[in-house]
Amino acid sequence: MIRFSATRRWALKLGATAFAAALTLAAPLQPSSAASPQKPVKIGFSMALTGGLAGAGKAALIAMEIWRDDINKAGGLLGRPVEFVYYDDQTNPSTVPGIYTKLLTLDNVDLVVSGYATNMVAPAMPIVMSRKMVFMSLFGLAVNEKFHYPNYFQIMPAGPHPRSDWSAGFFDIGMAQTPKPATVALVGADAEFARNALDGARENANKAGLKIVYDKTYPAATADFTPIVRAIQAEAPDMVFIASYPPDSAGMVRAINEVGLKAKLLGGGMVGLQYASLLSKLGASLNGIVNYDFWVPEPTLKFEGVEEFLKKYQERAKGQGVDPLGYYLPPYAYAYLQLLGNAVNAVGSLDQQKLADYIRSHTHKTVVGDVTFAPNGEWSTPRALMVQFQGVDDSGLEQFTHAGKRVVLWPEQWKSGTLHYPYAQ
Amino acid sequence: MRIDWFAPLAVLLVLGGALATRHVDSNFLFYAGYVVLQFVVLATAWNILGGFTGYVNFGSAAFFAVGAYTTIALNKWLGLPLLAILPVAALVAGLIGLAAGYLTLRLRGVFFSIATLALAVVLETMVANWDYVGGASGSYVIPPAEVPFFDNYIEGLFSLMLALAVAAVAIARYIARSKIGRGFAAIRDDEVAAECMGVPTLRLKLIATTLSGALMGIAGAPYPFYVTYVEPTSAFNLTYAVNAIAMPMVGGTTTWFGPVIGAVLLGSLQQWATVTISSELNLLIVGVTLVGFVVLAPQGLVGLARQALARVRRRP
Amino acid sequence: MLDLFLNALAAGVLLGGFYAAVTIGLTISFGQLDIVNIAHPAFIVLGSFCTFVLHEHLGLDPVLAGVLLTPVFFCIGVGLYSVYYASFERRGDETLRGLAFFFGIMFILEVLLIMTFGVDYRLVETAYIGQAIHIGPVGLPFRMLVPFAVAMATAGAIYLYLSKTFTGRAILAVAQDRLALQLMGADPVRTKQIAFGIGLATTAIAGSLLIMLGPVEPSLGRLYIGRVFAIVVLGGMGSIGGTIVAAIILGVVESMVATFYGPSWAPAVAFGFLLVTLAVRPAGLFGR
Repeated sequence: MIRFSATRRWALKLGATAFAAALTLAAPLQPSSAASPQKPVKIGFSMALTGGLAGAGKAALIAMEIWRDDINKAGGLLGRPVEFVYYDDQTNPSTVPGIYTKLLTLDNVDLVVSGYATNMVAPAMPIVMSRKMVFMSLFGLAVNEKFHYPNYFQIMPAGPHPRSDWSAGFFDIGMAQTPKPATVALVGADAEFARNALDGARENANKAGLKIVYDKTYPAATADFTPIVRAIQAEAPDMVFIASYPPDSAGMVRAINEVGLKAKLLGGGMVGLQYASLLSKLGASLNGIVNYDFWVPEPTLKFEGVEEFLKKYQERAKGQGVDPLGYYLPPYAYAYLQLLGNAVNAVGSLDQQKLADYIRSHTHKTVVGDVTFAPNGEWSTPRALMVQFQGVDDSGLEQFTHAGKRVVLWPEQWKSGTLHYPYAQ
Repeated sequence: MRIDWFAPLAVLLVLGGALATRHVDSNFLFYAGYVVLQFVVLATAWNILGGFTGYVNFGSAAFFAVGAYTTIALNKWLGLPLLAILPVAALVAGLIGLAAGYLTLRLRGVFFSIATLALAVVLETMVANWDYVGGASGSYVIPPAEVPFFDNYIEGLFSLMLALAVAAVAIARYIARSKIGRGFAAIRDDEVAAECMGVPTLRLKLIATTLSGALMGIAGAPYPFYVTYVEPTSAFNLTYAVNAIAMPMVGGTTTWFGPVIGAVLLGSLQQWATVTISSELNLLIVGVTLVGFVVLAPQGLVGLARQALARVRRRP
Repeated sequence: MLDLFLNALAAGVLLGGFYAAVTIGLTISFGQLDIVNIAHPAFIVLGSFCTFVLHEHLGLDPVLAGVLLTPVFFCIGVGLYSVYYASFERRGDETLRGLAFFFGIMFILEVLLIMTFGVDYRLVETAYIGQAIHIGPVGLPFRMLVPFAVAMATAGAIYLYLSKTFTGRAILAVAQDRLALQLMGADPVRTKQIAFGIGLATTAIAGSLLIMLGPVEPSLGRLYIGRVFAIVVLGGMGSIGGTIVAAIILGVVESMVATFYGPSWAPAVAFGFLLVTLAVRPAGLFGR
């Protein structure tokens, strides 16, 4: 006991100092808003910088900062510089209501946008709605289905019926083949996105008249996917729709190759097969898989400004522990601010209702192409691409920066190659 | 006779909190306050079992989630308001606590801890596969646009959680000072000896698991209204289990007010850090405080204060 | 149907071998020393990241990297136990506070990993990953076969060490009777230091196997907390053989449920099994 007392006294003193420091620092972090004519336009948001979604969240933040620097170089919004006020939501939904309340009441931000993914978008909705703010959302799946909020706009290109539009391409491709596939297996993770994607896929499968021969989910703690793949194999389905998260996507791809799964079309909703870290390791075992994607370096997708943006992103991403290529989420994280910013400059004010009306009624040019919104705030036409891995080898990441490794099969308008069919070699 | 100052203070606190919603115009304080108070309930509930009897519950998140999902189910089924759901949530979580206790309390303490861990996995799997409450895809609870007596729903939620926190603390305080509390302490110190002395250890432990579980359920019941979208991974989040243990440790586990102090300090610190530091260091707070306290101040802040007091008294 | 059954069985046994590898260290620290090291899976993830670094920069085979890391992890274990002893065991209030201590360590480890490596997924690729050997209708992927073999080798080595050497026998004795051990002439604190060090050293190997199985990110360890403790308890707290059998049972149960009923229910069945075992046979399946 005696031996510790000195340390303890020290700890106590330290604690007291920390507490005092906390009190002084707890004052709002906003810079003094002196009545200068150049009062910045403040954009507030929460972002997952720690926790499960931090990889995506940090990449998104880099993209957003690129936009901020771009717009400030171009003269800002309404002639005022743009400033971010953002907090780490720790991938924990319960931090979100507090964060958005603080942004809107204490930080007095002029605009709000959402954090990344459904879990973080939904808890902000009631707060944003009570203030009637325009709410640009970054990859929330069908969030507005329950809220019916007219000023909600979603940048993810899922389409007006996000749940089913998401996998529409996968089934369209399958049903266009001869002979037509007759059976499908559905498998996915026990988690929010995967379950919703599976619901949509089930709808599409029924619409296409496919017989569903396997329809199961697996828990997050699954260590080995071999039993699942074998159970699917036993049903001998023509198509296999998989809705999985990054670790399971890798596990699935490996198990599928080890077992030698014989399906004609395989993939669909595998999250993670867009990430550089997994692509470079899985290599040739990806060949033939048809999966959703949002942007790939194919000649049909060279939207204005996207390559310039990616160059800046790849420069800034170095050494940050985030996706080094940044094809998947970052262009959209850039675009949702770009769209909002352009709307502000076009309307000429920060009036939320005017902004919402403008965004709803116009087509917007962004780094992810032309965006038009449906009444529910989703894209009016789906553009969740279906791409097929072709000619991939084990040489690592560099190959994925070239066209032809992930060819776009769907939608027709952006098609850049032809399907290799059937999947099983 | 000593005048019991607790009851009037408790009433004053609740009234003061409710009144504050009338005059304080910062909703952020109420959101942050709600979370801190929720942890006061959770930490107090954990401490009734963990601190008083020495049985460590690893599965606090499961009981919390049971409360939350009771709300979702009843809200969807009968459209019940939150106030009517609270007792049911307490009942359901309490029964699960009783069952867990009955199954495992005959074992050594550490087995009970493992069993609670397993219980959390089993419950999470069941909820993830129960489509009525949204299953793994999650479920929305739209907060009511208007709440009687209050300007908006967060003020209502805050006042409710304040009342619940005060009630939970009152229960813990009552137990700590009653015969039951002395029985609990006997179990903590030496269970075999207590048994030999005629202390009905099993019955006492079952009281503790039931009560602790029920209070944790109550802490979770308003959660869906707070966060509007609930899915299993966030409701069963490990941070609830960690905080439920860390907060009493920081405050001091042997008294009823230790967890309150710990929850208020650590909870506020986390809320403050969320909107200021906003980086990985944020996550370090819980870990470092926890390790620091158990190594340097094993009796928590209460213990430190007592030592300091004793030292002052010893001086001439 | 028979093919499917045989494959499910084989996959389950291999998975069980992997589970044994991630659990074996905890059998020593928790089963024999009564130290509730809840940070055990977090150390496994640390092992995975260290393996990743060695594999990526020096081109070492993951298993070799894991073995090379064991001395480092052993030292960490010895150090950690010293702190644990000084702070808790000597004072005699170890259970509750010790638990909280390791809970804190787990959080700190996770954050340090995030700060060093970011939250991106890491995995390793070797020539044999992705290949499988086929025996009749049964396919055995090397990705699972290697962990199984390594697990058995580790368990065998530990078993031999515990039963054949003086220190090993002292470790077995220390949990049961400290006094007798002192009379034997062994220092109980030192013995426990070594034992805990060995327990932690195995996490380096387990980590190398984990990253071979699939992608790893810093908080992955949380998913294994329940599983590893369940296996130690089922295995009867401290028995090496019991741990292996319990791990294989858990693996086979998970694999069978996943194949024939629905993978979604695999954890509930496995942990339900644990709960029932605790209720009916509190000392575990192979209790002392």
